Amino acid sequence: MSLAATDAAPKDSLFSHARHIVAENPVTGIAFGLFALFALAALIGPYVVPHDPLASNTSAALQPPSATYWFGTDQLGRDIFSRVVVASRLDMIIAVASVALVFVAGGFAGIASGYFGGWTDRIVGRVSDTIMAFPLFVLAMGIVAALGNTVTNIIIATAIINFPLYVRVARAEANIRREAGFVQAARLSGNSEMRILLGHIAPNILPIMMVQVSLTMGYAILNAAGLSFIGLGVRPPTPEWGIMVAEGASFIISGEWWIAFFPGVTLMLAVFCFNLLGDGLRDLVDPQRRT
Amino acid sequence: MLKQIVRRLGTAVPSLIGVVIVTFLLTRVLPGDTAAYFAGPAATPQAIAEIKTKLGLDQRLPVQFLAYVKDLATGNLGMSLTTGQPVFEDIRARLPASAELTLLGLLLSVAVSVPLGILAAVRQGSWIDHLCRVVATAGVSLPVFFTGLLLVYVFYYKLGWAPAPMGRLDFIYSAPDTVTGFYLIDSLIAGDVELFRAAWSQIWLPAVTLAIFSLAPIARMTRASMLSVLASDFVRTARASGLKPSKVVMGYAFRNALLPVITTLGMVFSFLLGANVLVEKVFAWPGIGSYAIEALITSDYAPVQGFVLAMAILYVLLNLAIDILYGLVDPRVRIEA
Repeated sequence: MSLAATDAAPKDSLFSHARHIVAENPVTGIAFGLFALFALAALIGPYVVPHDPLASNTSAALQPPSATYWFGTDQLGRDIFSRVVVASRLDMIIAVASVALVFVAGGFAGIASGYFGGWTDRIVGRVSDTIMAFPLFVLAMGIVAALGNTVTNIIIATAIINFPLYVRVARAEANIRREAGFVQAARLSGNSEMRILLGHIAPNILPIMMVQVSLTMGYAILNAAGLSFIGLGVRPPTPEWGIMVAEGASFIISGEWWIAFFPGVTLMLAVFCFNLLGDGLRDLVDPQRRT
Repeated sequence: MLKQIVRRLGTAVPSLIGVVIVTFLLTRVLPGDTAAYFAGPAATPQAIAEIKTKLGLDQRLPVQFLAYVKDLATGNLGMSLTTGQPVFEDIRARLPASAELTLLGLLLSVAVSVPLGILAAVRQGSWIDHLCRVVATAGVSLPVFFTGLLLVYVFYYKLGWAPAPMGRLDFIYSAPDTVTGFYLIDSLIAGDVELFRAAWSQIWLPAVTLAIFSLAPIARMTRASMLSVLASDFVRTARASGLKPSKVVMGYAFRNALLPVITTLGMVFSFLLGANVLVEKVFAWPGIGSYAIEALITSDYAPVQGFVLAMAILYVLLNLAIDILYGLVDPRVRIEA
């Protein structure tokens, strides 16, 4: 271990640091495993599930979990296990797309406002203050209602409500570095402001932004599932965790727990996994802020 | 003190202006033609043009904005197509139900999370500290609608300790005379203990759901802030001077640790008001959240906009109240301001 650490290149030391963190906190390791499982389900899920997620079979409706139907069947006799697995693709797409969108937009706005200051800062600050003046889920509801009830608009709404968080982090980090030595060197060698912004500052704050990404991913999934739970965005019979919980909600009071339970638990595990990953990544990137 | 409150009221003005502009923009980017939507599917182009003039949609945007602000100032939020009532009246009638639920949820949550956070900080590394960490991590990962359904299954279907999740009161009871609009308080004012019990049996489960949801950030913040205060010099001095441990923790450390916790409350309210919508749907609670959901499903946009606006204004006011509370708890803020 010490031998590896002494003659290791920076990349190796990062790797051994990562291994150290996983060893110290096995929960992060579990989170990585869970993440791999969700990624796999999103990638190949639709091709390997035992039943067709959309095929209804009324003779097998409302069956509790069994060897044939691992998670039971819903009121139309559809296999819940297959639907939960297939749904992971849509849920992941919504989360990844909205986070990617806000990563680019919020990250750029934040860097620009931290680097340039002045009017850029004032306008960006005003916009994110206004977003923060709303309860975020309520704002997302309003945006989807106004733009139209589609999955794309759920992605946009989720990106908008996360915008202030990204701006805040990117702005603070860019602000620290605006007069740093490497920035002044870049400026003296005749780089344009935009080039310094994107080529010199942005790569430097990338690690911290990546932490932000994994911290907000869980929230993005939760938010999207909440919106589809109240009937926005995803429409039946498309399998999606939030809407599946909503479909199962009316059966809870008559005791058919499995319809809402399995998609709900999966949703919870996905959010849990991303939150733990975020904490783990933060330990890796920014050891001072360890909790 | 009064002067500071007035000054803080002033700081809320830009937020309110921002909120009004955003809700105005949300009104204008409605899918399709607003006038065609109001005219109905069978309208002729002429009828649409007429409605356009009547609604002022043929005016320039700044003019429309002024008209919108004037409407807001007179409490005119439009009509709900589903209930046939003015949106303002609907929201006013349903707000107490939401407020009662949210406040009770917050109260339960604070009652559990603050002591938990303090104990976790005082006995760092003990089982209660681990419990606090588990609660904090699990709490932020639980979808609030899922928690609600689980609680309904366990406490209604399995144990029978709670009634069916069907609103504020069982249909055999009639609502108490309105004083505050909160059934728990109104029934006590009317001296009707049985009614109080009936209202309590309906509200405790959704309130616990909300409490579980908001437990995590408060407990986490209390613990972190207590830890940093307990490590500070004045606490050491207090201990060295031989003060009782309870006096040191509660009288010295906690009062100082309270400040970051109060700041967190602002964020907690943002989550709570959103979560409230989902909980109202799960428990068929007749508040403004379920009102907005019903309107959303039938594409009745005026109530949704009224709801977003009402929630945003409520949130700005709550943040204002938190700021003022901050000044009351921390005398230093008062002097500096």
